[in-house]
Amino acid sequence: MTILTDPPKEQFRLSMLLYDTRYRSATIQVIALIAFMLLAAWLINNTAQNLADLGKPIDFGFFSEPASYDINQRLLDYSSRDTHLRAALIGLLNTLVVAVLGCATATVLGVVVGVLRLSHNWLIARLMAVYVEMFRNVPVLLWIVFIMAILIETLPAPRAFRGDSPSASMLLGDSVALTNRGFYVPEPLFSRSLGDIHLLGESSLRFNISLDLVVVLIVLGAGLWVSSRIKRRADRIQESTGDRPTTWYLRLGVIVVPLAIVLALLGFYLGHPELKGFNFQGGTHLRNSLIALWLALSLYTAAFIAEIVRAGIMAISKGQTEAAAALGLRSNRIMSLVILPQALRVIVPPLISQYLNLTKNSSLAIAVGYMDITGTLGGITMNQTGRELECVLLLMLVYLVISLSISAVMNWYNESVKLKER
Amino acid sequence: MSDVSFVRTEMLPEKAPPATSVGAIGWARENLFSGWFNTALTLISLAVIFYVLSHILPWVLSPTWSGTSLNECREILAGASHDGGACWGVIRERWIQLLFGFYPSELYWRPIAAFVLLGVALAPILFSDKVPAKLLWFSAAYPFIFPWLLWGGTIWGPIAAAAGLVIGFFVYRLLSASVSGLLGLIGGVVAALIWWLLLSGLAVYALDSILNIGLEPVESRKFGGFMLSITIGIVAIACSLPLGIVLALGRQSDLLIVKYLCVGFIEFIRGVPLITLLFVASTLLNIFMPPGTNFDIILRVLIMVTLFAAAYMAEVVRGGLAALPKGQYEGADSLGLTYWQAQRLIIMPQALKISIPGIVSTFIGVFKDTTLVSIIGLLDPLGLSNAIRADANWNGIVWELYGFIALMFFVFCFGMSRYSMYLERKLQTGHR
Repeated sequence: MTILTDPPKEQFRLSMLLYDTRYRSATIQVIALIAFMLLAAWLINNTAQNLADLGKPIDFGFFSEPASYDINQRLLDYSSRDTHLRAALIGLLNTLVVAVLGCATATVLGVVVGVLRLSHNWLIARLMAVYVEMFRNVPVLLWIVFIMAILIETLPAPRAFRGDSPSASMLLGDSVALTNRGFYVPEPLFSRSLGDIHLLGESSLRFNISLDLVVVLIVLGAGLWVSSRIKRRADRIQESTGDRPTTWYLRLGVIVVPLAIVLALLGFYLGHPELKGFNFQGGTHLRNSLIALWLALSLYTAAFIAEIVRAGIMAISKGQTEAAAALGLRSNRIMSLVILPQALRVIVPPLISQYLNLTKNSSLAIAVGYMDITGTLGGITMNQTGRELECVLLLMLVYLVISLSISAVMNWYNESVKLKER
Repeated sequence: MSDVSFVRTEMLPEKAPPATSVGAIGWARENLFSGWFNTALTLISLAVIFYVLSHILPWVLSPTWSGTSLNECREILAGASHDGGACWGVIRERWIQLLFGFYPSELYWRPIAAFVLLGVALAPILFSDKVPAKLLWFSAAYPFIFPWLLWGGTIWGPIAAAAGLVIGFFVYRLLSASVSGLLGLIGGVVAALIWWLLLSGLAVYALDSILNIGLEPVESRKFGGFMLSITIGIVAIACSLPLGIVLALGRQSDLLIVKYLCVGFIEFIRGVPLITLLFVASTLLNIFMPPGTNFDIILRVLIMVTLFAAAYMAEVVRGGLAALPKGQYEGADSLGLTYWQAQRLIIMPQALKISIPGIVSTFIGVFKDTTLVSIIGLLDPLGLSNAIRADANWNGIVWELYGFIALMFFVFCFGMSRYSMYLERKLQTGHR
C-alpha cells in the first residue's frame, strides 16, 4: 500500500511576488491601488491648498442664502427671495419634467418612424430615412437653438391676436395660442376643489399636493386595476372554453365612468388663456425654451430610437412573420402579437441608453435659457456665489443619481421582457 | 354524333403582361399605391414634400451671393422682387472664418497641411490593402507633428515628447529582459514620467538655444470654427481609443481592485453629461492642479473630452470582447500565450473588428458633442455664429449660418458613417 503524501510545502520567497502567477496578481493590484491613492491624494492636496489660497474652504452654507434670481418656468411656487436650495430643487424638477416629456414623445415618434422605415411604401421609407439621417448627423445643440429660433422668428406675437381682424388666431376652439413668447394651453381647474396639503411648512423644500389630483389618480388607478382583472378573467375563460367574451365596453366603462363622476363632482373645467392687454392671461404658459428643448430632444432621440426599433424588427427572422401569416393572422396582429414582443428583447437595452442620453442632453437647456438643474445650480447659483467646486460636484452627483435610477428602473423592465431561459 | 370537341394543337404566343403591372406604372402600383392605407401615406408624403420644398427652394435659390450686409441683401431681393430669400452674402464673406476661426490668415496652410497629413497618416490604417506598410512609420510620428503644426513653437518640444516614449520603451526592454516584465513596465512608465516632468524642459531649452528651428506660435484663443471641432474630435478619439482599450481590459480583468477602479471610472463618466465635465475643465481643473499651474483652456477641454470619450470607447470595446466566443480565449491559453500576447495576437484584432461600428459612432458622437464647447465660451462654429451676428452688418442673420453649420456637420458625420459601413463589409470574413 502506497501512502500519498502532500508535496513538500514550498517556502515563500520574495521573488515569487514577481514571477509566480499566484502572487503576481496581488502585486499588480497593490501597485494599482497605491498608484490610485497617490493620484487621489495629490489631487485632494492640490485642491485643499488652492482653496486655502483663494480663501474659500468647502462650505455649503450658500444654499440657505437668498437666490435673488427669477425662474419663470416652474412646477412649485418660487420667488427670488427663496434660497439657492429651493432654486436648485425647482431646477431639478424642470430637468425631470423635460426628461419625462422627451422620453415619452421620443419613444412614440421613434417607434412609428422605425416601423414606417420598413414599410413597403417606397416613398415613405425614403422619407423616414431622410428624417433619421438628417437628425442623427447634426449636433443636438444645433437642433435646440435652431428650433428655438424657429419658434421665436416664425410664430406671431401676442398682439397679432388682437383687434377685429387679427392676423393670427387661436387653435382648437380658442383654447390654444401659439405665440413667439411660448404656447398658452388650457389648464385643468376644479370649481369645488378639495384644496391642497402643504408639506414641510415654510422650509426650502416645501411643496403642495393637490387633493383633487390625488383623488383623480386614485380613481384612475382603481379603474385600471379593475380593468386588468376583467382582462384576466376573459383570458381564463378563453383558455378553458376557447371563446373570448367581449369585454372592451366593460373595461372602458370601469375606467371612464367613475372618472367622469369624480370629475363632475369636483366641478372640473378647463381654464382657457385669454388675451388681456399685451399678453395672454390664464391657462398654462409653456415657455419657448421648454418647447424648443422638448421638441429638439424628442426629434433627435427619436431618430436614434427609430434605428434601434428597425434593427430590432429586422433581427426577428422572416420565418416568424411567415409562420404567423400561415396561421392566418392579419398583418397588424402579426406585428403586435409575434414580431414586437420578440423585437422588444433586442430593443430595450439600447433604448435604456437612449433615455439616459436624452436626460443628459437635457442639460443643454442652458443654451436656450430653460432653467433646469444645470441652469440654476450649475449656472446662476454658481456664478453668483463663486462656489464652483461645490456646485459642479453636486451637479454631477445629481445627474449620476438620476442616471443610475433610470438604468435601475429600465434594467428591471428589461428583466421582465427578457427571454426566460429554462 | 359529330365530333364537336376541339383540341388546340399549337401553342399561343405569349401575351404581354397588362400595362398596369409593368414599367413605371406597375412599380408605382406595387410600391406606392398597393392599398388604401399605402395610397393615403403616399399622398400625405407627397403633400409634405411639396410643402417643404415649396418653402425652402425659393429661399435657397436667392440671388444674394454678392451682398455685403443684411440691408444690401434685402435691397437685392427687393430689386429682384424675390421676397423671403436667404442672404448668402454672409456665407461668402465669412465661410473661411467658420472654418478656421481667428487663426492668422497667412498661416492657414498649417491647419490645412495638418489635416492633409492626417489623411496620409490614416491611409495605412484605413486602407491597409492599397497603401505600402512603410507609411506606418509616418503614422507613428504624426501625433507629434499634428500639435506642432497647429500651435507652432519650437520643433524640439514634440521631439522631446517623442523621446520620452523612446526612453520609456528602452527602459522597459532592458528591465523586462533582465528582471521581469512587470518591473519593466513600471520602470518604463516611471522613466518616461521623469523625463517628461523634469528633464525634457531643460533639454528643449538647451537644444533651442543651440539650434532654433520652429514655427510661429499661435495662441489657443485664436482657434475656432470647424478647425477647433475637428481638432478636439481627432485628439479625443486618438487618445481615447488606447485609454478605452485599457479600461475595457481592466473591466474584464480578474483583478478585483483594478476592475472596480475601472468600473467606477466608466460608470461615473457615463452617468454625467458632457457639459458638467466641460464645467470642470473651465472652472475646476486649475484647482485640482498644483498651485500656480495655469494651462491652456483648449488643453483642459481636450483632457476632459478625452476622458469622456474613453469611457464610451471602453464600453464599445467591452462589447467587442464579450462578443468573442470563449473558445478564442481558451485556444490562446492552450497555445501557451501570455496574457498580453493573447490580447495582441488573438483577442484584440477580432474584438476591435467587431467593435468598428461602435467606435465610429462614438467618434461621430464626440465630433457632434464638440459644439458644446460654445457654452463655455470657445469659438466653435456655433460660438462663431453668435460672434458673426454681433457684427452690425449681419445683425439678424439666423438661418443661413445655422444651415451652413448643419450642412457641414452632416457632410462630415454622414461620410464617416458610410465609411464605417464600407469597412464593416470589407472586414466581414463570412463566418459569424
